[in-house]
Formats: sequence, C-alpha cells, structure tokens
Amino acid sequence: MAKRSFLIPGVDKRLLIKDSLKVMPDVTRRRFIAGGASLGALTLLTGCDVVDSSSADTLLAKVSKFNDAVQDFIFNPDALAPTFPESAITKPFPFNAYYDLDDAPDVDGEAWKLEVRGLVDNKKSWTLPELYKLPQFTQITRHICVEGWSAIGSWTGTPLRDFLKLVGADTRAKYVWFQCADKDGYNSPLDMRTALHPQTQMTFKYANEILPRAYGFPMKIRVPTKLGFKNPKYVVSMEVTNDYKGGYWEDQGYNSFSGS
Amino acid sequence: MSSLTVTDEQISAVKPKVIQPVWVRVMHWTNAFAMILMILSGWQIYNASPLFGFSFPRDYTLGGWLGGALLWHFAAMWLLMINGLAYLITGFASGRFRKKLLPITPSGVLHDVRAALTFKLGHDDLSVYNYVQRTLYAGIIVVGVLIVLTGLSMWKPVQLHWLVTLFGDYPTARYVHFFCMAAICAFLVIHVLLALLVPKSLRAMIIGR
Repeated sequence: MAKRSFLIPGVDKRLLIKDSLKVMPDVTRRRFIAGGASLGALTLLTGCDVVDSSSADTLLAKVSKFNDAVQDFIFNPDALAPTFPESAITKPFPFNAYYDLDDAPDVDGEAWKLEVRGLVDNKKSWTLPELYKLPQFTQITRHICVEGWSAIGSWTGTPLRDFLKLVGADTRAKYVWFQCADKDGYNSPLDMRTALHPQTQMTFKYANEILPRAYGFPMKIRVPTKLGFKNPKYVVSMEVTNDYKGGYWEDQGYNSFSGS
Repeated sequence: MSSLTVTDEQISAVKPKVIQPVWVRVMHWTNAFAMILMILSGWQIYNASPLFGFSFPRDYTLGGWLGGALLWHFAAMWLLMINGLAYLITGFASGRFRKKLLPITPSGVLHDVRAALTFKLGHDDLSVYNYVQRTLYAGIIVVGVLIVLTGLSMWKPVQLHWLVTLFGDYPTARYVHFFCMAAICAFLVIHVLLALLVPKSLRAMIIGR
C-alpha cells in the first residue's frame, strides 16, 4: 500500500482519475481525456512542471473554445447592460492602457478621418464634423476591465448599428475589425451580433464633453456588454469582414468572446 | 477517551465498516483538486488588480500571467461546479447531509469547541461528526455556494445582472468572492491540520474505512 509513486498514501492516481471520470458528464469526460492532460494535470499537486507543458496548454485552449460555445448557447447576446444614474458615475474615471498617459496617441482632430473598409457599400472616409452630425445618445454604464476593476462612466455617441446601416454594411459578415492609433497598433475584432447590439456605440463624448485624449479622442467604441479591452480607443478605421483578424490582447491569450 | 492519540487496540476494536462511501471520497478529492486550481489561478487574477495592499507571491500562483490564469480559472470552474452540484444533489438526496450535519445546536457547538480547544474532543467513532465538524462542514458548503454565485456574477455581470444585484453591485461581489476564498483557505489549513492529527480520518477519506 505504500508505493513511492502514490500521490497520497493509499491513493493510486490512475484509480483516482478513473473514479473522477465516472462523475463527469460524457462530454466533459471525452474532452478531459482528449486533452491528454488528465494525469499530467494531477501531477501538478506534486511536481508542477506540467504548468508549462504543451498538453496543459492544448487542454486549456480547448476548454476555452468549449466555453465560447457554451456561452453562445446559453446566453442572449442582445441582453442589455444595466444603466446607472449620473450620481453613480466613478470620479475620476480611471485612465488605463499598456502605456502611460504621456504616451497616449495625440490625434489631430482636424486631420483625422475614420476609414471604412471591407464589406460596405460606401467606403468613404468620415471627418469628425461629419460624424458629429449623426444622432447621438448618452448612456451611463459600467466599464469592467479584464483585470477585475470596474468604473461607471457616461458615454455619448452614435449607435454603431445605425452607422453600419448608413454605410451599407453587410451585416451578415462575421466581424467588425477596428484599428487604432495606439503605439504598437492596437486593434480588436467585434462579432457582428455585438456590433449590432443597441448599446454598442461610436463614442464622441465622455461626461458630455468632447472625448478627452485619456479616454480615446477622437473616437472610442463603447461596448458595455464586453470587457474593457474589447472597447477600442483612438479608432482610425473599421473593417467589415468575415475573417478573424485577431487583436492586440486577443493574440496574447485573452479570450476573444470576453463578453459579460 | 479524552485523548487524541489512538492505540492499536482502539483501531482493531473498530469494526471495518465503510465510513466514507466511495462517492464522498471521489467527490472530496475531485473538489480538493479543483479548489486548489481555482485558488492558485484566482491569486494570479487578483494580482492583476489587487483589492488590498498586497499581492500573492508569484511562485504560489497558476497561469503565469492574467490571461493564462483566466484560462485555468475558467477551465477548473467546470470541474468545481459539476462536482459541487453532484455533491449537493447526492448529499441531499441520500440524506447524508441531514444524518451527518444535523442537528447543529448552539450548546452542542459551544461544548465541543471548548472540548476541542482543551484537546479533549474525542474521535472514537469517525462515522459521527462532532459539533465542531458539523459547523465547519456545513459552513464550508455555504461558503462554497457563495463563492460560485459571486464568481458567476463577476463572470457574467450583464447576463446575470440580477445575481449581481443580490450581492449589491459588481465591486461588492468581488469582495465577497475574495473573502469566501479566504474562508476556504482558513478551512483548508484547519482541515488538513486536524486530519493529520487524527490520521485514521484521512485514511477513511482515502480507502473508506
């Protein structure tokens, strides 16, 4: 009973896994086994080297994909984010980026134009005065960062779905892909369903003032149903596309769905 | 029997009956494994935006960075939730919770806490939980349910906004989630310490008797 290879005296790892597998539903079990990391993951308790192993990474990537499918299946993508009274606004609203505020893009509003590309009828670029003429709405929602902190803010702008309609976008396409002026070229894809969500907004104002540099002048995409990194600032172009073009954080491993 | 030490005669006197049925053992160790994954990856996630003036040492975290920790957290959550649900259902349906954890009376708890603190709490019959055990085991089940509910609130604050409202708001749910983790860690320390003090209880959780 006291073999050296035992995790805990009296417990055979293989038998323990076998027993654990029995309580798992069939799908989970198949994925667990398919991942090939079942035994490896258990050695985590003793050894730990499995953390860097590719089998664990493969399993985690698979579970992440599985999570996307589950979320897609059980949640309503059109659910509205809660809105708040003005008194609930977080002051000061935090600046957050992978660089200091001094390094934030300093966009010249006169020269700036929003480039519209991809599966749209009208590929004309838009100046800021032209965009300001579009009907605007204000919404006070909670911005939730992938890091865990959150803050309530007031954003004003045009619903993205109205703009997509205006430029004749093919709304059967899979993504709207945004590129930004941040250093290192920030970009992020947004699935079409979320792009057409009534609260998804091309934002021009924060707290009823022209969007300051800290919050993404001249234009931010505010998506209250997604985590903060899916809310690009300093946007310079949007592309309607069927291709998944990746994103600044998405490419580094944040889940692209990241919907709240 | 007012001693924590166990003599050979006492062990042989105990009939080899099953103290922990196989489902309890499997779910116990599955939960232990999932819980450790959740705690270690949770510490890494906490470090991305600490609630208090400290961070967890990187050597005791899982995932390497926030993105990696989130992958671990959202993978291990399935194991934790499915196993936890199965445990709750089986525990209620089989009557085990009722038989083992109830009743919990204030006087009983007071008596056994005093006995435990003066090292006079016996463990002659492992199939009967004393009042300290009942309180801790019932309490940790409640904490387990709370940490899952606050976790869900933080994972889907838009979809499950009614759940967030139950805890007040999003930041509050985060704090509750953290304190539940702290409670589970405290439980873990006491639980492991006591299991080592009464090794036959550990044996029962492994081989059943």
